[in-house]
Amino acid sequence: MSTVTPGTPVNEADPAPTPGGGARTGASGGRSRRFPGWLFAAPAVVYMLAFFGYPLVRNVLMSFQEFTPRTYFTGEAPFSGLENWRAVFSDDLFGDALWQTLLFTAGSLAGQFTIGLGLAVFFSRRFPLSGFVRAVLLLPWLVPMVVSAVVWRRILDQDHGVLNGFLTAVGLSDGGVPWLSSPDLALLSAVLVNIWIGVPFNMVVLYGGLQEIPRELHEAAALDGAGAWRAFRSVTLPVLRPVITVVLVLGFMSTIKILDLILALTGGGPADSTQTLGTMTYQLSFLELDFGQGAVIGNVLILISAVFAVLYLRTDRGDLGRGK
Amino acid sequence: MHPRRGNGPFIAMVVAGATAASVLTGCAAGPDPDTITVLNSATDTAEHEANQQFFDRCARPLGLKVEQISVPAPQVATKALRMASSDSLPDILELDGSELPQFAVTGGLRPLDDLGVTTGGFSRAAVSLGSHEGTVYGIARSVNSLALFYNTELLAEAGLGPPATWEELRATAAALTRGDTYGMAFSAGPDADGVYQFLPFFWSAGGDESRLNGEAGTAALQLWRDLVDEGSASRAVVNWNQQDVNDQFLAGRAAMMINGPWQVPSLSEQDDVDWAVSSIPVPVAGRDPVPPIGGTVMTVPKGDGEREERAAGILACLNTEENQLAWAERVNNVPTRTAAARTYRERHPELAAFADLVATARSRTAGVGTRWPAVQDALAGAFQSVLTGRSGPRQALERAQRQVGTGE
Repeated sequence: MSTVTPGTPVNEADPAPTPGGGARTGASGGRSRRFPGWLFAAPAVVYMLAFFGYPLVRNVLMSFQEFTPRTYFTGEAPFSGLENWRAVFSDDLFGDALWQTLLFTAGSLAGQFTIGLGLAVFFSRRFPLSGFVRAVLLLPWLVPMVVSAVVWRRILDQDHGVLNGFLTAVGLSDGGVPWLSSPDLALLSAVLVNIWIGVPFNMVVLYGGLQEIPRELHEAAALDGAGAWRAFRSVTLPVLRPVITVVLVLGFMSTIKILDLILALTGGGPADSTQTLGTMTYQLSFLELDFGQGAVIGNVLILISAVFAVLYLRTDRGDLGRGK
Repeated sequence: MHPRRGNGPFIAMVVAGATAASVLTGCAAGPDPDTITVLNSATDTAEHEANQQFFDRCARPLGLKVEQISVPAPQVATKALRMASSDSLPDILELDGSELPQFAVTGGLRPLDDLGVTTGGFSRAAVSLGSHEGTVYGIARSVNSLALFYNTELLAEAGLGPPATWEELRATAAALTRGDTYGMAFSAGPDADGVYQFLPFFWSAGGDESRLNGEAGTAALQLWRDLVDEGSASRAVVNWNQQDVNDQFLAGRAAMMINGPWQVPSLSEQDDVDWAVSSIPVPVAGRDPVPPIGGTVMTVPKGDGEREERAAGILACLNTEENQLAWAERVNNVPTRTAAARTYRERHPELAAFADLVATARSRTAGVGTRWPAVQDALAGAFQSVLTGRSGPRQALERAQRQVGTGE
């Protein structure tokens, strides 16, 4: 999460001035006015070290320690080598949780992005009530995650849920689809609910990006004889690319660690079919109070996020290079 | 975890990174010498106020005041740990019985014997709830367990009495299942609620939490599976907590349910369903049921000697026969002093089943101590995979045993 700094330009058409740029101008102004550039960065660096660096280092250390309730009383957390890592990796559940985390994340992102982009394109035309409908579509964003989960738990109830009632009424099923009570469907249900929650964010950011595309580009494409689909593929998507990267990376990072939604919806069940790395680290740290093992999974999550953060930074730099 | 608050370990949870952040703790102001602080889970206003009355009643004669710090039940343990690392633990720490061993092994709790708080005259089960490896660290004012609630009207219509054995349970549940109503409801969620409800069956059949793959446990799993497979219980039980089960019962969608006395207030408040309580059915007629014992225990963290003494004085007062009885009546739980329990049973015949059950009830942590959370997790995995048809009872318990084994 720390990788997207407020100065990150999301739009090539209007790159925000970066602190680095400002310092360079100052440097060219003369030796006496060479105000050390790093001073501008210092507050941010100190902040990052204190609030991201320290916990990160602690978390890594913790995963090599025997960190239990006793530690809080005695202050002693003996180092135990790879013991915690071995315990977590040899747990049958870890492999399942990792796989389900990836399925959950990939499924959620694909759904959120596709629907979000579709809605963004749809609303970028002007028509009556578009503002109102757009506002209504934002609602899922405003509802606290836990509340959404509780409501969806009722909607998806096997015996008396609205969804099954509806499906039966229109003749699509003869009732009783076990949305949350079958291990084969529960993860899919969790993904669907998370898509519902995530669409507004995708829609808003992508809509913003679409508004920034100069009208002339589409006019030119039309003159060249491009149809709607061709224009979308060859003009809209390429120009929107930096925004898409931001949406996907942010979405990835917030989805991979999702915990509250799953806990409220299924508690990781049935039969561990919705366990993710997030619910597993919660269980180890806060229910079993084995903070060392919990930290191992926390680190795995951080590592996965970090890989994507680096990928993102690299593609972002590539974009900037071409932009200038 | 507190068995009566299944719904919401997630509520104030922050993300995974909190593991690291939890070492960074707040600062402690100097405590007022005349104020005794208590950390408990009485976040409900009525419960908080009732608690305060009892605390005040005991503190006033000693010239003390009591201040409660109440957080949601699933957060008591982690809050206490944070307070421990900043040396700001309260004078009385009220933990769920199942959490006691993990705190006892830290060496941070004062054995109650040292402070002259005795448990003579308490039921054996209640003493074991507050003990770890033979030392009493916590004292329970009242305890609870599980029993069979049934809809008297539906059973009378069918000409049936409450089932006493597993066989009768299956037959009765099948006979009562019709239309929108299932014969039976129980919580089989993947958490403390579900496991708490599974234990009376597991233990009554002779199951052993320290050796999960024994013969006896499979019978209990088979019973649950039969109830679901035969349609006498909803397939959604794997997703229900104890509150959901009560809601089903109140809505008339379940003729019988397994639940605890903490549901009594909501049951008494309504007139739609006439209900009664009977004992948990057992595998073979005549055997004693072995349900789990639940409830909170009050402990005294090590600290300043004088403050410990004062806390002990309050604990002693809260646990007089009279105060226990009054408190138990307030919260529909059973007093832990056997004499008080007897009086309670006479005064509340409708809840007599609970008073009888706690006599044979068993503490979840007596056998496995600090390993309980891992065992709980493994048991939940076992009944969930059996109920959803992922594996057979024997296979599920083998896996559960492996899981607990690797956790060591």
